Amino acid sequence: MKLEVRYFASVREALGSGETVELEAADIGALRDALAARGGRHAEALGRHRVLRSAKNRVLCPESVALGDGDEVGFFPPVTGG
Amino acid sequence: MAIARVSIQHQDFDVGAEIAALRAGDGGIGAVAIFVGTVRDRGDGSTVASMELEHYPGMTEAAIEAMIDAAFARFDIRAARVIHRVGVLAAQEQIVLVAVASSHRGPAFQACEFLMDYLKTQAPFWKKEVTGAGARWVDARVADDAALARWGIAVTNAEAPPPPPRP
Repeated sequence: MKLEVRYFASVREALGSGETVELEAADIGALRDALAARGGRHAEALGRHRVLRSAKNRVLCPESVALGDGDEVGFFPPVTGG
Repeated sequence: MAIARVSIQHQDFDVGAEIAALRAGDGGIGAVAIFVGTVRDRGDGSTVASMELEHYPGMTEAAIEAMIDAAFARFDIRAARVIHRVGVLAAQEQIVLVAVASSHRGPAFQACEFLMDYLKTQAPFWKKEVTGAGARWVDARVADDAALARWGIAVTNAEAPPPPPRP
């Protein structure tokens, strides 16, 4: 499936603002693991040692949420606005 | 035409003008509560010269719109306005405005605090402080999750989630 991945804050600084990927991922957590498995900067920014939050199609949601073709997925650190 | 409820913008805002716009045309308003967040000139023991604010275009606006809908469902309020700035802000500049109007003061005070508690933990913004020692991303605070929990809304922003089961 094709997925639009968006990165923000410290993740964006490490990996750029985003990328279009073609891979099979049942849910957000599986996508994160697949990206981290590339190693290098991806492993450092997206690995399980990092506390990250995620969004699907611009709605905050947990990593257990299922993905489908064409979904936009955001990865970012805990939010700090206000 | 009704004014926008949510603005994400680089430019500063005029609190007086925003209150006037919020009240315009509604004689039933008897109370306006506002919160203004500003850039502190210190953080974690060092002097903060400026701050950079990043957001998730499209998502941030929608998230705050949903929070305002939740405030209207929960409190007897008549109007609400949220402005949040992004980009580079110098110390002491204004960051965020939450303004809520109601017939009597109680709902305005409550909804204003509710919206700020919600925004702190659920709106996608990220702050980076620029100090003499360099730039650093601001850490999320567990206390902010606890603030939203007082309203009966459980969230996990600052704390790490339990590891999901993996096959």
